[in-house]
Amino acid sequence: MTKKKTAKWFHKDLLGLEYLSKEDIELLLDTAESFREILNRKIKKVPALRGKTVVNLFYEPSTRTRVSFEVAAKRLSADVINIAVESSSVRKGETLNDTGKNIEALKADIIVVRHNCSGAANMLGRNVNISVINAGDGWHEHPTQALLDMFTLRKKTGRLEGLNVSIVGDIAHSRVARSNIWGLTKFGAKVTVCAPDILIPPGIEKMNVKITGNIDEALGEADAINVLRMQFERDDMKAFPSQLEYFKKFGITEERLKKAKKGIIVMHPGPINRGVEISSEVADGANSVILEQVTNGIAVRMAVLFWVSQAKP
Amino acid sequence: MKLLIKNGHVIDPGNKIDEIMDILAEDGKISKVTRGIDVKADTVIDAADKIVMPGIVDMHVHLREPGREDKETVFSGTKAAAKGGVTSVLAMPNTLPSIDSAGVIKMLSDIIKKTANVGVFICGAITMERTGKKLTDIAALKKQGVIAISDDGNSIDSDELMWQALKEAKKEKLLVICHSEDKSLSGKGVVNLGITSTRLGLRGIPKESEYKRVARDIMLAEKSGANVHIAHVSCGESVEIIRKAKKKGVKVTAETAPHYFGLNEEDLLDYNTNMKVNPPLRTKDDVLAVREGLKDSTIDVIASDHAPHTENEKEIEFEHAEFGSTGLETELAVSVTELVSRGVLTWSELVKKISLNPANVLRIDKGTLGPGKDADIAIISADKEWVVNKVGFASKSKNSAFIGRKLKGAVEYTIYKGKVIYKA
Repeated sequence: MTKKKTAKWFHKDLLGLEYLSKEDIELLLDTAESFREILNRKIKKVPALRGKTVVNLFYEPSTRTRVSFEVAAKRLSADVINIAVESSSVRKGETLNDTGKNIEALKADIIVVRHNCSGAANMLGRNVNISVINAGDGWHEHPTQALLDMFTLRKKTGRLEGLNVSIVGDIAHSRVARSNIWGLTKFGAKVTVCAPDILIPPGIEKMNVKITGNIDEALGEADAINVLRMQFERDDMKAFPSQLEYFKKFGITEERLKKAKKGIIVMHPGPINRGVEISSEVADGANSVILEQVTNGIAVRMAVLFWVSQAKP
Repeated sequence: MKLLIKNGHVIDPGNKIDEIMDILAEDGKISKVTRGIDVKADTVIDAADKIVMPGIVDMHVHLREPGREDKETVFSGTKAAAKGGVTSVLAMPNTLPSIDSAGVIKMLSDIIKKTANVGVFICGAITMERTGKKLTDIAALKKQGVIAISDDGNSIDSDELMWQALKEAKKEKLLVICHSEDKSLSGKGVVNLGITSTRLGLRGIPKESEYKRVARDIMLAEKSGANVHIAHVSCGESVEIIRKAKKKGVKVTAETAPHYFGLNEEDLLDYNTNMKVNPPLRTKDDVLAVREGLKDSTIDVIASDHAPHTENEKEIEFEHAEFGSTGLETELAVSVTELVSRGVLTWSELVKKISLNPANVLRIDKGTLGPGKDADIAIISADKEWVVNKVGFASKSKNSAFIGRKLKGAVEYTIYKGKVIYKA
């Protein structure tokens, strides 16, 4: 550790940023800073979690989050086991609670869970004594993604307070959006959500965000934008006009960026749909930090794994 | 057989009694309610410092028999009733098979006769298998003894069929209980639509799905002249629609359940599936509106909507869990805690909502303690506090939305037809 912190970590689980204080999040970000340095070394491994077992329990197909957690755990010298479960067979098979209890009985220390149902991680956390890290549950939260977004922003700008961040895209079905809103607003960042009406979930203004349906407005004052992946194949999107229509109205293009603040940071949780929510020029351009996010994700997940394994009851 | 209850504070709004009195029951019937009864009795209960009220009449109970005996049976459900001070229940028809034919009613009546611990009245289905497609033989159901009809859990989407049902019910002088929900609006929703559905990332159920259907059911009631009862009112808009209808003189009554005045949507922020109910827990403002509706008599009845489910159906992902909470064993205490203690209702008004009014709505000879009536009595420690515990329910199921809550008001005795069937 570079900094000695008096703050302590009391959470067995990381279920969402809603449940963390600003100090908790600061502790994670500061710790991630130290781990980020390790990733630049020749030998990228520390013994912090030696002898611990991390189980990646994934009910949804995910490559990047799962691999990122796996790399993070291995950099900390933990043993990693990956379990992929077909979510279509979940109702017939073992319940999530039973699976969790079995993993606990196998003497694993941490379960990293990705699930298509909102609240799945909360339920699992209640039912096992070992740590549960939410790697994305339904439309609810994806805390480590928001942490890595915040980490990236802080690294780039040196602050979070007062930062104008616009989140663009399918807010209604996005756990990334929710976690970012909880996390950023705790630090006094000003968050704007931008989407077509039907993709703005009701009551979201109560989470202290500004709402706009106009992309130029969302870009206007923004220091950073977080562009969400659009999934037109989902049932709820049937009422939506078309991909092309979306790109015309909300797509992030070079022309649009020209009107934005100079140096605006462009983020995306990935995987990118080039030409759907973001143009290739922007995704690969000077403002994009998309690949840095991927690297920072490892450091942030190392910090999360480290602290939940240290949790004081 | 004589039963004497001494020195209790008798609250019997049906006979305008609200004072210390003794009650004598002989051979299952009340024989005397007065001061200083001094006779030899087989059983004498000292009810000093306790409230003595007519047993609760719960007109919204799912006993699950026949078909889902793993959740509840007539026997276990009426044990739970006895523990909760409930002496009469209306068994809802969403069983397997549904209560939609004379044969099923006959079968259920036999089970009741053999196993029930309290009075069980039967609510028949309005449509075959409660699918909203074809009316049941309502006259035959009535003949076999049902005292109300309902497609509870479902609402009849076709205005035409609902209209036919109401006309038929009017002819048969049967109460129609409406589960007012437009499923084209509630869809796959699981919690109240708004900030809570957004925060939890769950699909929302808009209030419109309830109150629009309440409005339709009331309009058809007015036109048909049938007696219509709106079940489980959960939101302010429904309360207001019913209030206006009553002012106009429409023959409509309404009920709410303890979770709609004792809990709000913010209580389920940790995905507690026992609080997943239909209609969903609403906003704090709705809770206030429901309480106001109870206070000004827009809402006539408190009923539990006792909906037992197994742990396998509840201890799973929120969106997959069944809707419903048990309620027989907590309804009185929640009402005391949330209504009497808060000054929303007086004790006498509470007894009216939970015992007298439901009996009147159902037109059964229950809910009062007058001479000649069935000696169905609950004796309550009004100020006793207790914590709802997952262990110790008499119900087969443990899915109470109130587990962990500290409540005020404890049932000490339940007496059914002059016999003590529960003692704390």
